[in-house]
Amino acid sequence: MSALPSNSERTEPHAAPSRDVHARPGRPAHAPVGLHGQKRSVVLALLRKELLVELRTLESIPGMSLFTVTTFVVFHFALNQDSVSGQEAAGILWVSLLFAAMLGINRLFVADADQGGFDGFLLAPVDRSALLVAKAISLLAYLLVLELIAVPAFALLLLAPPLGQTLPGLLAPLALGDLGVAAIGTLVAALAVRTRARDLLGPLLALPLLVPVVIGCARASSPLLALGRRGGVGGLPIRWLGTLALYDLVFGLIAYAVFDFLLED
Amino acid sequence: MGAVELHGLTRNYGERAALDDVTLTLASEETLVVFGPNGAGKTTLLRVLATLLRPHAGTVTVLDTKLPDDAWRVRGRIGLLGHEPLLYRELSARENLRYHARLHNVARERVEERLAAVSMSARADEPVRTLSRGMVQRVAVARATLHSPELLLLDEPYANLDPAAIELVEPLIGPASRCTRIVSSHDPGRGLAEADLVLGLRGGRVAMLADAASVDRDAVAGLYR
Amino acid sequence: MRSPSLRALSISTVLAFCVSLSLVFFYAPIEAEEGFVQKIFYLHVPLAIVTLAGFVIGGLFAIAHLRTRDARWDLRSYVAIHMSLIFGIGVLITGSIWAHASWGHWWVWNEPTLVSFLIIMLLYATYQPLRFAIEDPERQARYASVFAITAGAFVPMNFLAVRLSASYVHPRVLGSASNLPASMGFTFLVSLVAMALLYATLCSYELAAKRTRILLKARSRILGFQ
Repeated sequence: MSALPSNSERTEPHAAPSRDVHARPGRPAHAPVGLHGQKRSVVLALLRKELLVELRTLESIPGMSLFTVTTFVVFHFALNQDSVSGQEAAGILWVSLLFAAMLGINRLFVADADQGGFDGFLLAPVDRSALLVAKAISLLAYLLVLELIAVPAFALLLLAPPLGQTLPGLLAPLALGDLGVAAIGTLVAALAVRTRARDLLGPLLALPLLVPVVIGCARASSPLLALGRRGGVGGLPIRWLGTLALYDLVFGLIAYAVFDFLLED
Repeated sequence: MGAVELHGLTRNYGERAALDDVTLTLASEETLVVFGPNGAGKTTLLRVLATLLRPHAGTVTVLDTKLPDDAWRVRGRIGLLGHEPLLYRELSARENLRYHARLHNVARERVEERLAAVSMSARADEPVRTLSRGMVQRVAVARATLHSPELLLLDEPYANLDPAAIELVEPLIGPASRCTRIVSSHDPGRGLAEADLVLGLRGGRVAMLADAASVDRDAVAGLYR
Repeated sequence: MRSPSLRALSISTVLAFCVSLSLVFFYAPIEAEEGFVQKIFYLHVPLAIVTLAGFVIGGLFAIAHLRTRDARWDLRSYVAIHMSLIFGIGVLITGSIWAHASWGHWWVWNEPTLVSFLIIMLLYATYQPLRFAIEDPERQARYASVFAITAGAFVPMNFLAVRLSASYVHPRVLGSASNLPASMGFTFLVSLVAMALLYATLCSYELAAKRTRILLKARSRILGFQ
């Protein structure tokens, strides 16, 4: 599809032509040039940089978490209810998480776009899809931290059935939902960041694409959040989890296939 | 085989041609200096050679590698010093360089060596946003030469540097570096002194292409009229 | 040049519509439950099918564009999606009229097709803002193609998800097309063919108009009118 060679070609280091020139410092004399290795080490290098920048600027995680907790408070007043359960609870939880995720998606590539990070990466002899993987993992990490804060907050503020009873069942929908948001969110973020209306286009593109994820998560978790359940993971709505997993897989693959076209010029 | 060979390189921006039918050959370890008014295509040319932009027509061969198809082979051998330093402002110089070192598969010691070479070891742990423009440019030079590139693409490299810094940085990116170099410049004096080949661009087209020996300052000035 | 095929397309579209409309009004029986209003089905469902096919075709053209980097595929992709957007508005309107006539509400959540459509339209409504938000024409085409591919894959996945989520307690408001008597089935097919021809004709017209405009611009630039 793209002008890049297939994966099997890329992971082979390209042997350097014999150079009788003075050995260049910093590069061992017979080191291979061309694409270097280990996709994993590139992803790790990118992740390290991501997390360092996030730790220094604290742009995404605190914002997302605060936003979600505030949203719960707003829901309390908007619904005029002290507690919710069942489908209502599932809906409020997922919508709040989704909108907080929009904040994370908007910020995902901003540092790279504004500070020349794209160029810096594109100049490196590495497989470019490593950026997609690294950013998706970062977004996933932000979402997990967000949920570590938001789900207990939700249980505290609004949820009627006790958390200990509902939590085990929530883990699967949360995990699958996060994967979907990570895959689609990263793709949409990359698409939107180099356009003029980046803050608007991100959510506008992401929300319709994430509706099936919301459907899947909300449906999968509503019986689990029902009052009077005896708890445990029995009765997991496999159909919904299966649909979610399929959706995540399809869009994960699509994101992987088209991402290169967004980076190159 | 020249280090850089262009035949009819064309790059469009919509209906306008940012580069129009540029043809030249540059031999290994030689210096090409590019003059031209703003918007003439100098930066575009450098970015095409850096593999950041695809040519829309014509052929581009860099270090015996055809672009854009085999760009992946040659990226690790090219160093670009553009208008942007390509450094994350919240990270320190050391952290930035280590990140680039990992991307280019370069040993960690090299980072320290480069920091020393540009005299930035003392302030290597402060966030880049606290550094002055000149210091940032020095760190950028370290970044661009970190992986010992054979081809250096320099976009007005001395623009933010005071004379002391220029002296510091010259052995790394100047003729003494023994790299093949393509430098875009607004300074005819230095440019002509360093150049083996001179290219004048106007509106994306080649207005002048000659050996440096046969070009004088008036010819260069004529490009800007 | 292109005019013979454009003319042929236009004529066959008009003919097909004449045939299908006469079938709808004079041949197809009046449906027992819903009455005369049910005939909007012959407009609404073909519109829907053609719209969705158009979105998916736009995605396929986009794949061709990314593979070949030929701007003409991008033009075809743009026209296909653009036309489907217009047809899609027709789907929502006719669906709404039908829902109101047979169920009393202008909007129903129990009809998975209509709901899926709403979501898909909300997505594709961002296509043109996305394009206009990118100045570099080459990048605009490339990003638009990425969008068209993603959105094209979304169409079937979205239908699946919404269909699954629809309540099985309430019957589908607008009925399904599976148990049609032969006369209705035949009328439906002819209407579908007519709608597809209409789509193809309008797309061809729009493509021709855009190509002419591009040619004109190129000529005027050469002659120095820019």
